Amino acid sequence: MKEGRSNFRPSFFIPFVQMKVMKVCAAVLWVLAVFNASSQNSTPVQGQLHGNFQVLWQQYNADSIIGAEVPAEKTGMNAFGSFAYTYGNFSAGIRFESYLNAIMGFPGRFRGTGIGSRWAQYKNDLLEITVGNIYEQFGSGMTLRSYWEPNLGIDNALDGIRVIVTPDTGITLKGIYAHQRFDFDSRLINGLGLVRGADAEIFLNDLVPSLRPNKTKITVGGSFVSKFQEGETIDKDTLVLKLPNNVASYAGRIAIISGPVSFSGEYVKKINDPNADNKFIYKEGSGLLLNIGYSVKGFGITLQSKFIDNMAFRSDRDQLLFDVPINYIPSITKQHTYNLASTLYPYATVLNGESGNSLNAFYTVKKETLLGGKYGMNLALNYAAVNNIDTTGLAGNDQVVYGYETNSFAFGKEKFVRDFNVELKKKFSKNVTLLYTYYYMEFNTLVTPVTVDFKGIVFADIHVLEAQVKLNKKMAIRAEAQALFTEQDKKDWGTALFELSVSPHWTFSILDQYNYGNDNAKARVHYLFGTVGYVKGGSRVAIGYGKRREGIFCIGGVCRAVPASNGLELNITSTF
Amino acid sequence: MKTSGPDFFFAPQLSWYEGCQRPPRILSQQGESRNQNFNTVIIQFLSPMKRYFLFLVIAFSTLAASAQASALPSVQLKDLEGNTVDTKTLSNDGNPIVICFWATWCSPCKRELNAYADLYADWQKETGVKIIAVSVDDQRTVAQVTPYVNSVSWEYEILLDVNKQFQQALGVVNVPHTFLLDGNGNIIWQHNNYQPGDEEELHKELLKLKS
Repeated sequence: MKEGRSNFRPSFFIPFVQMKVMKVCAAVLWVLAVFNASSQNSTPVQGQLHGNFQVLWQQYNADSIIGAEVPAEKTGMNAFGSFAYTYGNFSAGIRFESYLNAIMGFPGRFRGTGIGSRWAQYKNDLLEITVGNIYEQFGSGMTLRSYWEPNLGIDNALDGIRVIVTPDTGITLKGIYAHQRFDFDSRLINGLGLVRGADAEIFLNDLVPSLRPNKTKITVGGSFVSKFQEGETIDKDTLVLKLPNNVASYAGRIAIISGPVSFSGEYVKKINDPNADNKFIYKEGSGLLLNIGYSVKGFGITLQSKFIDNMAFRSDRDQLLFDVPINYIPSITKQHTYNLASTLYPYATVLNGESGNSLNAFYTVKKETLLGGKYGMNLALNYAAVNNIDTTGLAGNDQVVYGYETNSFAFGKEKFVRDFNVELKKKFSKNVTLLYTYYYMEFNTLVTPVTVDFKGIVFADIHVLEAQVKLNKKMAIRAEAQALFTEQDKKDWGTALFELSVSPHWTFSILDQYNYGNDNAKARVHYLFGTVGYVKGGSRVAIGYGKRREGIFCIGGVCRAVPASNGLELNITSTF
Repeated sequence: MKTSGPDFFFAPQLSWYEGCQRPPRILSQQGESRNQNFNTVIIQFLSPMKRYFLFLVIAFSTLAASAQASALPSVQLKDLEGNTVDTKTLSNDGNPIVICFWATWCSPCKRELNAYADLYADWQKETGVKIIAVSVDDQRTVAQVTPYVNSVSWEYEILLDVNKQFQQALGVVNVPHTFLLDGNGNIIWQHNNYQPGDEEELHKELLKLKS
């Protein structure tokens, strides 16, 4: 539905705006090129170019048992080429993108080849001015964060102008005016809304001379972001409501670090913002992130607390999921690394409302102790709990307009996730290291819909044993045995991984995921996938073949559903 | 789309075509009007969007050809105390610097930096090298950087790149990715990924710098 709608957006003004930005970029590049060519050997300033190429190609075979489908074109390819050039105080960059056609699992509306990002920048001690596609984060990102995550197909770049002023050491002021990247169809396509933001950050120890030698470091900051999108009226129940043209969000933050102790916090408010995420209610939004840490050599602990209420904030109120988010709400659960723990039941932030706490601890048992042995032993412990928020529903017209009332920052009654895990790592000899990780999860699939087979709370135990064995100076083996036990959803899973590496170039790996506990005998499938990789310097080529499970792929608490696939994969990356 | 008026950057396009020996005759057949000069023929042949596209490609090739040493771009990062560090100013008194991109959620990254940690004291004595570990943990996991680093007792300088701006400025696609800079701050070696034994490669490169 969305794909169709995007084609009919009134975007006639965008090519014109884009051309203007392109002209600016072209002008800056031209100046740079001429300047650079004419000034070689006469000045110590040197130009530098950095960038990369990325190609992901996939071929598809039909496999009805795992649900793998074949698109009409039988293959998919996503490719990127990024270039960033710096000459003295000037820099400029460009990124070419190709979706021929987009790999399955990425938005199918990304099509063709063209320029997906371009920017130019001038910078001196006082000012930094950037035009074009800008990546920026204010504070923890709860008011504004634009970023590029090619593996998830996310690019909410702010396309406009940003000025950063540093009037004095310790003070950073930022201002930004931009549209936001929404789509790609042989060129970058921006969304409808306008984003305007300002941020101030003060590092007190730099600003106040008497605080400079002080061991306690204090940073304070504040940000304000406003989006503009013309709004008419909506019909809700029997009411006709006027949509706000402008929606503001603002936040204050502080970070204190004193020796081993650290504290940071940010509180954000958002005024009425009826949108597709919150089903067009006019309630205000708010969010709180708190973090307390203590850490000395050999030991570290952090406690985090998070409260989010109605904080979806997009530059187009009608969009959902990955499209034009202005802000970023991090997830409080740990980002797991082992396959079964990270892809079957990954938790993602519930933007409409959640309250959570987490604890993280790291400890190293000293060498030459009973438990530590010759090399010491590392322990990591993590617990996260997230529930809904404590609210009371409203009645009558208030319910239609405002939806609900929030009572406190406390947990509501509905459980979203519990995630306890502990990891032990012990080096037994110069060449042998073993790791054991245990996870206990309670995961609400009604809230984070990662599966269609079960609605409710999944209780799962996961055990992972990993062995790393160095065979000689160049060759090493890494093996993982993983087991997930649950009475819900697809029941029990086992995973085995075997990897052989020959430094500095080669890796060979084979992964088998086996849903041996599935009630449906036909679904007890081995998902076998083999990979060969070759690395040289900053370049890597990897070829893989086999079956991939339908699942969830997450980066930084943002997850995308990936369809099942069966076929050949080629992955090339090169940094220069 | 609107065809814009005279622009300053037609010249490099022309010279590029001439350099490529592309006969203007073929192009003129594509154009609607025969009595236009070569310059405008090209303007008509390529849509405005394509012209900018082509120009950008040419400009970047020119720059790539004229780019000399590969040094560090300037990005403002924070250290673990909250101080702002400009990556352009990273230095080590004329000794080599190793920059490792890593994250708390990245197992090979931690294997790499833990492997270096065992050898770091020896490497420092031999070559005076300094290792800077740049964490690309975003807001979700950045709070784990300090406790993790302390728990494993790394002696590296740690920088935080929460929105991947330094990572992108250096063209790094995924972590781990390691750069070696000589005493003048030029990137002379890099390596993507980590496999046990890769530390020997880095050590060899460090020794080459020393000799």
